[in-house]
Amino acid sequence: MLELIVISTLNGVLFGMLLFLLSSGLTVIFSMMGVLNFAHASFYMLGAFFGYQLTKWIGFWPALVIAPLLVGAVGMAVERYGLRNTHKHGHVAELLLTFGLAFAIEEIVSMIWGKSPVDYRVPALLDFPAFTVFSTNYPAYKIFMLVVSVAIFVALLLVLRRTRIGLIVQAALTHPAMVGHLGHNVGRVFMLVFGVGSALAGLAGVIAGPSLVTQSDMAALLGPILFVVIVFGGLGSLPGAFIASLLIGLVQTFAVALNGSLASAFGPLDPSLGPSPLTDVWNVTIAQIAPILPYVLLVLILIVRPMGLLGTRET
Amino acid sequence: MINAATSTPGMLKEPSGSAVRFYAVWLIAAVALILLPLLFSSGGSLTSFSLIGIAIIFALSYNILLGQTGLLSFGHAVHYGLGGFLAVHMMNAVASHDWPIPLPFIPLFGGLGGLAFAILVGWVMTKRAGTVFAMISLGIGELVASSSLILRSVFGGESGITTDRTALPHMFGWSFGPQIQVYYLIAFWVMVSAIAMYALTRTPLGRICNAVRDNPERVQFIGYDPHVVRYLAYGFAGFFAGIAGGLTAINFEIANSAYLGATQSGLVLFSAFIGGTAYFFGPVLGAILVTYLQLGLTNLTTVWQLYFGIIFIGIVMFAPSGIAGLLMMHRPLIRVGTLRTVIPSYLVAVIPTLVLAFGVILTIETVAHMSAGDSNTIELVGISLDPRAPVNWAVAAVLLVGGYFMSRITWRRIAEAWDRAATVARDRGYLA
Repeated sequence: MLELIVISTLNGVLFGMLLFLLSSGLTVIFSMMGVLNFAHASFYMLGAFFGYQLTKWIGFWPALVIAPLLVGAVGMAVERYGLRNTHKHGHVAELLLTFGLAFAIEEIVSMIWGKSPVDYRVPALLDFPAFTVFSTNYPAYKIFMLVVSVAIFVALLLVLRRTRIGLIVQAALTHPAMVGHLGHNVGRVFMLVFGVGSALAGLAGVIAGPSLVTQSDMAALLGPILFVVIVFGGLGSLPGAFIASLLIGLVQTFAVALNGSLASAFGPLDPSLGPSPLTDVWNVTIAQIAPILPYVLLVLILIVRPMGLLGTRET
Repeated sequence: MINAATSTPGMLKEPSGSAVRFYAVWLIAAVALILLPLLFSSGGSLTSFSLIGIAIIFALSYNILLGQTGLLSFGHAVHYGLGGFLAVHMMNAVASHDWPIPLPFIPLFGGLGGLAFAILVGWVMTKRAGTVFAMISLGIGELVASSSLILRSVFGGESGITTDRTALPHMFGWSFGPQIQVYYLIAFWVMVSAIAMYALTRTPLGRICNAVRDNPERVQFIGYDPHVVRYLAYGFAGFFAGIAGGLTAINFEIANSAYLGATQSGLVLFSAFIGGTAYFFGPVLGAILVTYLQLGLTNLTTVWQLYFGIIFIGIVMFAPSGIAGLLMMHRPLIRVGTLRTVIPSYLVAVIPTLVLAFGVILTIETVAHMSAGDSNTIELVGISLDPRAPVNWAVAAVLLVGGYFMSRITWRRIAEAWDRAATVARDRGYLA
C-alpha cells in the first residue's frame, strides 16, 4: 500500500506538471486574447511527433530544443495569419477556427505518421532505473521529465514576476487597451505569447512522447482534460491552473492504480438480480472510472463554485 | 474581403406577396421530399436521402443553440445519442410487451429522451454563455460518452444495442421493413420538425432568444432572465436532437456509444456553421453538403476528413456567415439590378480558384500517398499522376503557389466590383 502511494504520488505530480506545462500556456493565451485555444493539445501532439521525427534524424537532445521551437513557429503563424484575421468576427469565430485547426492537425498527423502509435523511445542515456522503491524500479526518464517541467515552471514564474516582459504580459492580461496606449505593440506581444505558449505545449509533447503513447489521437484524448483543468482552476488564473493541474494529475493517477469496486468493498450482489445499471455500477472498478473523474470534478465545481477554484472573472 | 458586406443582411424593403411566397417554399419542400425517391430510386440514393434528412433535423436543432441563442455547444450529440438509445429501448419494449405504439411515434420518445437529459443538465450548463458554456458542453459530452461504456446494461458496451423495427405494430399496412418506407417516415419527421423549429423562431420566445444572443444585459433590463431563456432554448434543442437520434436508431436498427461521441458533435457543428447559422435554412444546406461529402468522399480519398477541416477553416476565416450568408448577400443586388456588374469578375475568378483547389488537392493526395507507402496513381479529373514522380511534385507546387497568387488578384477584383454594386444598393435603400 505504501509502495502504491509513493509511486502514484510521484506519477501524479509528474502528470500534473505536464498538464501545467500545457494549461499555463492556455491560461495566459486565454486571459490576454480572450481565445480559448482548442488547438493547444494539438500543439502538444505536434511536439511529440516532431520530437519523434527529429530524434530519428538528429538524435533526442537536439530534438528537445528544435522541436518546441518549430511548434512555437507554427503557433506564431497561426496567430498572425489565422486568429488575427478572424478577430473581427468575434470570439466564437476564433474558437471555431482553433477547433477546425485541431481537427485538421489531427488529420494531417495521421496522414503523415499513420494512425497507429509510433516507436518513440526513451533516449539510451536515460534508459535505466533511477531508484527502487520497495520492489518497483522508477525509471530515470520520468525523473528527467519531472526535472524539466519543474525547471520550466520556475523559469516561467521568474520571467513573469521578475522581468519587464513579464510585467507587460501581466498588464496585458488585465488591461490590454492600457498597455497599447502606453506604446507597446500589443499585436506583437500576443503573437509572442501565443508562440511561447505553443512552444511550451510542444516541449511537453517532446518529453511526454517516449513515456506515454505517441499517437494521432493523443490530442483528442488530452484536450478535454486540459479544458477541465483551466475551468476547474478558474479561467484566467495561473495559480488556479497550477493547483488544478496537480489535483487532476494526482486524482487520475491514483484512480488508475486503485482496483477497488463497490463489489469488493461490500461483497457481490445477489446474482439472481440479473444485469442492470445497478450491477454495472456495483462492479465497476475505480480504475475503470478514472477517465470520467475529471469531468465529474468539473460538474461538481460548477455547481459549488461556478467561477472555478481561484477564478475571479465572470466571463 | 467580400464578407465586409455580409454583416448587415437587414432588408429595408419587403416586397408584397411575401406570405404567398413563404407558403410556396414549404409546399415545394414537401413536394420535393415526396418526389425525390421517385426520381432517384436506387437503394444507395434512398439511404443517402434518409441520412441527409436526419442530418437536417440534427443541424436545425443545433442551430437553435448556436444561431438563435448564441450558445456554442461541443456536446450536442449527447442528446442525439441518448434519444437514439431511448428509442431503441422503447422499440424493444413495445415489441416484447405488445404495446399498441406504431413505429412512426418512436422518434417522439427519442425526443423526450433528449429533452429529459437537457432538463437534467441544462440548468447548470446554461448559467453562463460564451466560452464557459462551450467548455462545459464539451465536458458533459465527454462525461456521457465515457459513462456509456461503463453502464453496459443500458448502452450495450462497444457493440451497442440492436432492435428490429418491423416487430412493432404496423401502420397503414406499412411494415417499415423496406428502406423506401423508412425514407418516408424520416421525410415526414423532417417536415414536422422543420416547421416546428421555424415556428419556434417566430414566437416571442424565439425572439427573446435572439435578444439574449445579442445583448443579455439589456434583456435583463426589460425583465427577462437570460439564464431561463437559455435553459428553455437548450431544452428545445435537446428535444429535436433526440428526434434525430430516434430516427437514426430506426434507420440503422442499432444504437451504440459512437452516437454520443465527440465526432458526432463535431459533425453537427460543421454542418450548421458551413451552412450558415444566421439564416434558418443555412443548417439545411450545411447538413445536405456535409452528409453528401461524407458519403461521397469516403470512396474517393482516405483523407476525406482533412478536406472537411480545410473547408471548415476556410468558411470560418473568409465567410463566417456560411453558404447561406454568401447566397443571401446577393439578394439586395438582385433587387437593385446591379448583380450583372459583379458576375464578370466572378467568371474571371473561377479558373484561378479551381487551379488553387487542384493544387491543394494534389498536394494533399501526394503527401497521403507518399506517407502511406501507397504506389497507386492519383486519379484526378481523369488524369493519372504518379505520386513518386518529381514531375508530379513540380506540378503540385506550381498549381498551389501560382493558383494562390492568381486567385488573390481575381478575388480583389471581386471585392472591388462588389463594393461598387453594394454602394448602389445602399444608395437606393436596399442595403442597410
